[in-house]
Amino acid sequence: MAAVDETVPLTRKDYSSDQEVRWCPGCGDYSVLAAVQSLMPDLGVRPENIVFVSGIGCSSRFPYYMNTYGVHSIHGRAPAVATGIAVARPDLDVWVITGDGDGLSIGGNHLIHALRRNVNLTILMFNNQIYGLTKGQYSPTSEQGKITKSTPFGSIDYPFNPLSLAIGAEATFVARTHDMDRKHMQETFRRAHAHKGAAFVEIYQNCNVFNDGAFEEILQKDKRDSMLVSLKQGEPIIFGDDLEMGVALNEYGEAHVVRIADVGAESILVHDEHRTDPAIAFSLSRLAERPTTPTPVGVFRDIERPVYEQEVTAQLARAQERSGPGDLRKLIESGNTWEVA
Amino acid sequence: MTPDITTAQPLPLERVVIRFAGDSGDGMQLTGDRFTDVSAAFGNDLATLPNYPAEIRAPAGTIAGVSSFQVHIADFDILTPGDTPNLLVAMNPAALKANIADVPPGAAIIANQDAFEERNLAKAGYATNPLEDGSLDAFRLYPVPMTTITLEACKELGVKPRDAERSKNFFALGLISWMYNRPTDQTVTWIEEKFKGKDLVQAANIAAFKAGFNFGETAELFDHTYEILPAKLKSGRYRNITGNLALSYGMIAASQQSGLPIVCASYPITPASDILHELSRHKNFGVRTVQAEDEIAAISMAIGASFAGNLGLTTTSGPGVDLKSEALGLAVSLELPLVLVDVQRGGPSTGLPTKTEQADLMLAMYGRHGECPLPIIAADSPSDCFDAAFEAVRIAVKYRTPVILLTDGFLANGAEPWRFPDVADLPEIPVEFASEPNHDGAFWPYLRDPETLARPWAVPGTPGLMHRIGGIEKQDGSGNINYDPSNHELMCKLRLEKVMRVQQDIPPVEVDGDVDADLLVVGWGSTRGFIKAAMRNVRASGRKVAHVHIKNMFPFPSDLGDVLRRYPKILVPEMNLGQLSRLLRAEYLVDAQSLTKVQGVPFRSAEIEAKIMEMTN
Repeated sequence: MAAVDETVPLTRKDYSSDQEVRWCPGCGDYSVLAAVQSLMPDLGVRPENIVFVSGIGCSSRFPYYMNTYGVHSIHGRAPAVATGIAVARPDLDVWVITGDGDGLSIGGNHLIHALRRNVNLTILMFNNQIYGLTKGQYSPTSEQGKITKSTPFGSIDYPFNPLSLAIGAEATFVARTHDMDRKHMQETFRRAHAHKGAAFVEIYQNCNVFNDGAFEEILQKDKRDSMLVSLKQGEPIIFGDDLEMGVALNEYGEAHVVRIADVGAESILVHDEHRTDPAIAFSLSRLAERPTTPTPVGVFRDIERPVYEQEVTAQLARAQERSGPGDLRKLIESGNTWEVA
Repeated sequence: MTPDITTAQPLPLERVVIRFAGDSGDGMQLTGDRFTDVSAAFGNDLATLPNYPAEIRAPAGTIAGVSSFQVHIADFDILTPGDTPNLLVAMNPAALKANIADVPPGAAIIANQDAFEERNLAKAGYATNPLEDGSLDAFRLYPVPMTTITLEACKELGVKPRDAERSKNFFALGLISWMYNRPTDQTVTWIEEKFKGKDLVQAANIAAFKAGFNFGETAELFDHTYEILPAKLKSGRYRNITGNLALSYGMIAASQQSGLPIVCASYPITPASDILHELSRHKNFGVRTVQAEDEIAAISMAIGASFAGNLGLTTTSGPGVDLKSEALGLAVSLELPLVLVDVQRGGPSTGLPTKTEQADLMLAMYGRHGECPLPIIAADSPSDCFDAAFEAVRIAVKYRTPVILLTDGFLANGAEPWRFPDVADLPEIPVEFASEPNHDGAFWPYLRDPETLARPWAVPGTPGLMHRIGGIEKQDGSGNINYDPSNHELMCKLRLEKVMRVQQDIPPVEVDGDVDADLLVVGWGSTRGFIKAAMRNVRASGRKVAHVHIKNMFPFPSDLGDVLRRYPKILVPEMNLGQLSRLLRAEYLVDAQSLTKVQGVPFRSAEIEAKIMEMTN
């Protein structure tokens, strides 16, 4: 085994592979990659104990650029491949890189089942609301009416809300960040990584070739204060250029945007990501129907539930306690046997 | 005065084929299983053929709802569950109707007389009662009021009549146990264990079983009992086993002998689910099982597990293989060990979920896009599923490749005595994980072993060997993404060549029969016993024939072509429309004639025998 000196501190370089990064110039993926690579040394996990798993799509090239173990699998299946890795080796640190087409369309089934099982995965979903690698068809998060090569008269599909979907799929950690703010990405990824169980992070990511400016109404520097609703644990949800706006619950328990002056500071919703009941997190995930009106970012939900692969391991341990380690001879010779001389 | 049959000598028989048939709710599979287990423990050779509908409970009393279990027991080494029953136990008119065509004249029929009433007769489409209208005159017919006697026997126990009626299968088992001189203690003990805590059910079943046995003894209906002595099988220790069970044990054995923990990810599908069920019971062997959300997830999880250094396994049937095709291609491209078990059933589409067929050979060979070769192994008897599973794992690990293991519904559910191996004699399956950089201080994930062409298996957690692999074409050696035309061609050829090198491990083709035969019968999979049985008869008649049974479907044994060309005629019986025969023709340019059957049931050896006779005339 190659010798490892664990006392030498690791740097971003130790987590970056020698492969040339081949995304289009100006792609939002670059900033996500930089955020992850530079966060890695802080997480305290050595590169050999990390596996990045991806499906197919632009973002799914991500593992090639990490100097960790990695599998670039097939379209949509990354959560399933990652589940297999986690079940086999609960000691590993497993990340899933997916996109809106990969994770929500062809691989929707695997994503929701990985979330409900609560496999210990950090899932980063790059949402650019378009199919990039296949050169610009609408995706399951594209807005209705979108003109693309496959929808020359406008898309008639109603889009998914990825966070609503994740919460509905019993996800224990749900967050949103965006490719314009490395600090926010890193803080969100750090939280997701620290979470025990499946952590789902939606990243608003700009595809400057096929869907440029999809998030510009909320992400342009001068608009962020008024359009990004930052969720902070235990704090009232307020935003706006002068922090004059807030989020409150109406008589039905639905989150909506209010002017603080109109309702009074005491009516502003205090964010609690640890609530077991998903109703408020769900409602917050739907505060903006599209990323054109005030949109929450940060951690929506962070609750505890038993971790899948740990439960698998626990069952193995219990079986060994009960019946002792497997005895092949006893197994094969179980039931009625007879001897022929 | 009638003779006291209990003291009369039982009539010795070499063999008998019994078919239990009834409604799917009548417990015929259980009855057959019990009779089989008792006969196995008694030392008979045996083979079984369960046959049941896909519907869990089709409407009671209808032909669609008939379930049957055929068992062949003998005092010599038999090869098949028998072509035709010597005794049919029919629990209702539908069971009689659905099975009578298979029963030869002169055979015995024991019918539950009580069930032959107007409504049931109508449901089965009988205008008149066949037990009374003379239509069964060609058979030895024994109507027995099984329900009435069972109810009577349970009367004192306080069992509700409707519950007591459900014990009538044990009455039938008791009667047949008497008829063939089976020991009763074992069945009584089994009932006690099985229905522990359900006192009334337990008592009713035992009462019914004993009533059946006593009925045989006292009813003067039957002239005598029969005796089938223990078979003089090859010496060794035996147990009874089905294919799915043997396959599960084979996987656990391979896991133990390789030191690789199993991760079996599967989606429920008939007739493969029992493997998942069985493996799930043995967590103390370190077996991890996941019931995946779908077939694609199942194989994807298995791939993940193999990447992480475990033994990835996924079990399914034809429809599942269809869905797994793309991921199989990924496994071929990643060059990771993996075993996919395909328990074949009738297709296409949903087809015949509970019936057997061998029509996935071409699917296993070619059912993926691109040049995508992988080794294929076919088990040929229920107990052979153990060896085939072990071998599949060995090849997968040695050559770092997915392997498809083909069995079928008949092997999966059929049972036979298994001369199980001594665990001490099982070979090790060597596993070597990469531990060091292999190329100028770097790690190249596709730098191959010169002998096997296998690439190094470096598992996560190993410092210094971090690498990324994927389904995109990669450069030989470095494993980096590479679209170079000549590299792609090289990789396609290397992947094929690697799989072809499995031939190094395949023993020479074994030819059974006459060296100077006029006809070579070539089979694969579960037809083995039926071909062998046919061969016995043909050779007894003085004709010269030979038989080769292929286990390695890809690559074929390296000397197969030479063997085929030695014989003037070749016959390939298979339960499809000619898949192996086409492969042999394509590969070896030989005139392989086809004998095909796709009826959801195995060949009868007589069908194969007739074809051989015709071809050797």
